[in-house]
Amino acid sequence: MSNYDAGLTAARRPRPVSPHIQVYRLMLTYVMSGVHRITGFALYFGFALIAWWLLAAATGPNAYGNFEWFTGTIIGQIVLLGFTWALIHHSLGGIRHLIWDLIYGFEPADREMLALATIIGSVVLTILLWVVGYLAMGGPR
Amino acid sequence: MTSAKNYQMRTPLRRVRGLGAGHSGTTTFWHQRLTSIAGVPLTIAFVIIVISLLGRSHAAAVQILGSPLVAVTMLLFIVNTAYHMWIGLQEIIIDYVHDEKLKLLCVVGNTFFVFITAFASAFAVLKLSFGV
Repeated sequence: MSNYDAGLTAARRPRPVSPHIQVYRLMLTYVMSGVHRITGFALYFGFALIAWWLLAAATGPNAYGNFEWFTGTIIGQIVLLGFTWALIHHSLGGIRHLIWDLIYGFEPADREMLALATIIGSVVLTILLWVVGYLAMGGPR
Repeated sequence: MTSAKNYQMRTPLRRVRGLGAGHSGTTTFWHQRLTSIAGVPLTIAFVIIVISLLGRSHAAAVQILGSPLVAVTMLLFIVNTAYHMWIGLQEIIIDYVHDEKLKLLCVVGNTFFVFITAFASAFAVLKLSFGV
């Protein structure tokens, strides 16, 4: 058997596989990894809302009124609240990734701290922004 | 690897270093970092602009959105976000969609969605700014 054949046989042997996600203990950091991707995915479609908002403003008072009507409904408010939280969470998660890109924060305690800071920070900032927003509007509509 | 090529004392590494299957190396990875760095101040600016518009009339909103500083900031936010989310969704599609035809459909759809929303948004801001 030539070296060439030996190489082929070795390639066909079942290779060791890495453990699947299901055998890992649930960990905050990998949940955060998933949430970062899910919020990014949601924000992708949220961009259509920004396009609608800007087009409505450019079209005229009636179109702008329609957009304001939608954002004033309960569904609109839920969508906007989710949008705000996703935007903040994805931004903080992105900063977390930039910190890692600079090779900081890889120790277990640092990772947990960054993950918690992202969750708590995203919730606190979302509430803060909505309070400021409602104050700017002179109370809930 | 028993051919005469071994006697050249050169490995193919020199030619492929930094390129990979897409022939563009880590360009996409790097651009996703660039747009995420730019995204931090632009997102903060976007949030401030949105809050400053809350509860205002259409006429006031048009005036604020059309002012040069706000318009330029919004345009940068739109272009930066559009490119960032185009790369992001492409990554998600490649990870989860394995059927070749469906993958192609998703990749094309991603590009169309990004161009449509980005051009619509950018055009709206320009129209508001030039007041045509």
